[in-house]
Amino acid sequence: MNKARTNPFNTTAMHGALILYTLIALFPVFVILINSFKTRKAIFREPLALPDAESFSMIGYQTVMKQGDFFLYFQNSMIVTVATLFFVLLFGAMAAFALAEYRFKGNTLMGLYLALGIMIPIRIGTVAILEMMVAGGLVNTLWALILVYTAQGLPLAVFILSEFMRQVSDDLKNAARVDGLSEYAIFFQLVLPLVRPAMATVAVFNMIPIWNDLWFPLILAPAEETKTLTLGSQVFIGQFVTDWNAVLSALSMAILPVLILYVIFSRQLIRGLTSGAVK
Amino acid sequence: MTALTLTNVNKSFGDVHVLKDINIEVEDGEFVVFVGPSGCGKSTLLRVIAGLEDATSGEVHIGGTLVNTTPPSKRGIAMVFQSYALYPHLNVRKNMSLALKQERQSKAVIEERVAKASKMLDLEAYLDRYPSELSGGQRQRVAIGRAIVREPKLFLFDEPLSNLDAALRMNTRLEIANLHDTLAASMIYVTHDQTEAMTLADKIVVLRDGRVEQIGSPMELYNNPVNQFVAGFLGSPAMNFMPAGFVSEGDTRTLGVRPEDLRLQPDGDLSAAVQHVEHLGGDTNVVARVKGTQITARLFGQHSIHQGETVNFGFSPGRAFYFNADGLRI
Ligand SMILES: Nc1ncnc2c1ncn2[C@@H]1O[C@H](COP(=O)(O)OP(=O)(O)OP(=O)(O)O)[C@@H](O)[C@H]1O
Ligand SMILES: [Mg+2]
Repeated sequence: MNKARTNPFNTTAMHGALILYTLIALFPVFVILINSFKTRKAIFREPLALPDAESFSMIGYQTVMKQGDFFLYFQNSMIVTVATLFFVLLFGAMAAFALAEYRFKGNTLMGLYLALGIMIPIRIGTVAILEMMVAGGLVNTLWALILVYTAQGLPLAVFILSEFMRQVSDDLKNAARVDGLSEYAIFFQLVLPLVRPAMATVAVFNMIPIWNDLWFPLILAPAEETKTLTLGSQVFIGQFVTDWNAVLSALSMAILPVLILYVIFSRQLIRGLTSGAVK
Repeated sequence: MTALTLTNVNKSFGDVHVLKDINIEVEDGEFVVFVGPSGCGKSTLLRVIAGLEDATSGEVHIGGTLVNTTPPSKRGIAMVFQSYALYPHLNVRKNMSLALKQERQSKAVIEERVAKASKMLDLEAYLDRYPSELSGGQRQRVAIGRAIVREPKLFLFDEPLSNLDAALRMNTRLEIANLHDTLAASMIYVTHDQTEAMTLADKIVVLRDGRVEQIGSPMELYNNPVNQFVAGFLGSPAMNFMPAGFVSEGDTRTLGVRPEDLRLQPDGDLSAAVQHVEHLGGDTNVVARVKGTQITARLFGQHSIHQGETVNFGFSPGRAFYFNADGLRI
């Protein structure tokens, strides 16, 4: 057994550091949550105080609910995020498999080309993208967002996944070929389950920027029926007056689904499946 | 009928010519072992036979049919990999039955064959376990079981024992030998361990740098090696090579004598300075130097020979091998 790990002082110090970090990381979320349950006056008078009988108020949540379209925004964000993750993971994994598994002309070049996207921010191409979406009649549809986000997520997904797929033992894939599995079966039944932790990583990396993005919803889909949550929440932030109760309540509610998705994916992250496969 | 015929098989990876003009025949029910040093192309040859790599040129016939373009699963072969290659997310039962499911065999057939194989390999207690919950030896048996259930015409083993410890290796070797007797199937077995080759094989194929050096029964190869490489590769400890001039003045050939053919002989031709002695109980291995060339002698029984002594070795002329400058036997 590793001595450093069993030493009680080290253990305490390690846990202390981790707990401290957790507190720091969670503090802003905590402040948002407590203030979303307070009256406007209480938010500004004592931002760090917990809501008590006097300062407790659900006014923020009521405003958000009354705004009516909140659930639609919510739904839009959810559709865009989940659909994007699905496409990024599916196409990313397929491309990664081809790059990792098959020897063909231009394999390396193709890999580099796909990886180039990691270094070039997609927002540089906003004008061209907008023109394309207009020409394709996709402006103000959720598809516009899904397509752009999928394009944005693919380079990193291909890069990470192909690295992991190269590590899946050749013998294992060859054993499956001898056993009569088709290339599709090998991909879906053998390789995908084995790189699940990597898929979860890619999903988490992609999910949060998409959920929080304001840029593309504002440009490509600002219509009432396609607004995402982040864009929808902007109605409460005015140039002169901001309805902090509503903003904080909307943010609190926006945290939930990401949290749920994160919990789902992180369960996959820690599940090491390869152990015992080879050697 | 022949189980496998390879005719002028070549394989290149780009510019790298890995297999060169391979011609091999495997008879029905024969146990053939491919041996050769690391990197000589044994695994590549096996993968060409299995259909996991395409031969660059040449023909592969399995059971009399040309299979150059047949996918691995349709060739009537089963393969056991060095790294076991068990499906980590499937339990032992499912690992063994996957291929049969792909062949759309009925449930009853699958169950019967899995039961038979697991009985043969003592795996009945582990059918519901996952590969990560098994020991190395058990994993190896599952990998063999996965091959058996398919009832192939030809088994391919790629160094199946190299990850096992010495004792387990011996047991599993016996198990594979028994399996060969029970199933009466043709088997091709790759190894770089010459003990495995000598003990298991009906026929040994010695490979070097992608070329077949010699094919024959273990004793044929031991008694009649065609060249210095084969002579040195089979037998343990390896054959001693020295200039033939050591024993007859002016002879330019290379002399080869097996360690077990050397004997202590006061008037022997080889006067050797003892460097190291291994007492094994039944045998004594003596490592010594003759005019700068290191030789090993394997003496039967126990001898009190000590480091630094000078002893004389002799051998009967009939047990000597001679090779020319190109390493060919003459
Ligand atoms: N995909 C490949 N591309 C290029 N060269 C390869 C490839 N696969 C194998 N080789 C080369 O072919 C040669 C033979 O490899 P192979 O794996 O058949 O050796 P081996 O006899 O099985 O060795 P070992 O006993 O170490 O397993 C090696 O020199 C190797 O570098
Ligand atoms: Mg090999």
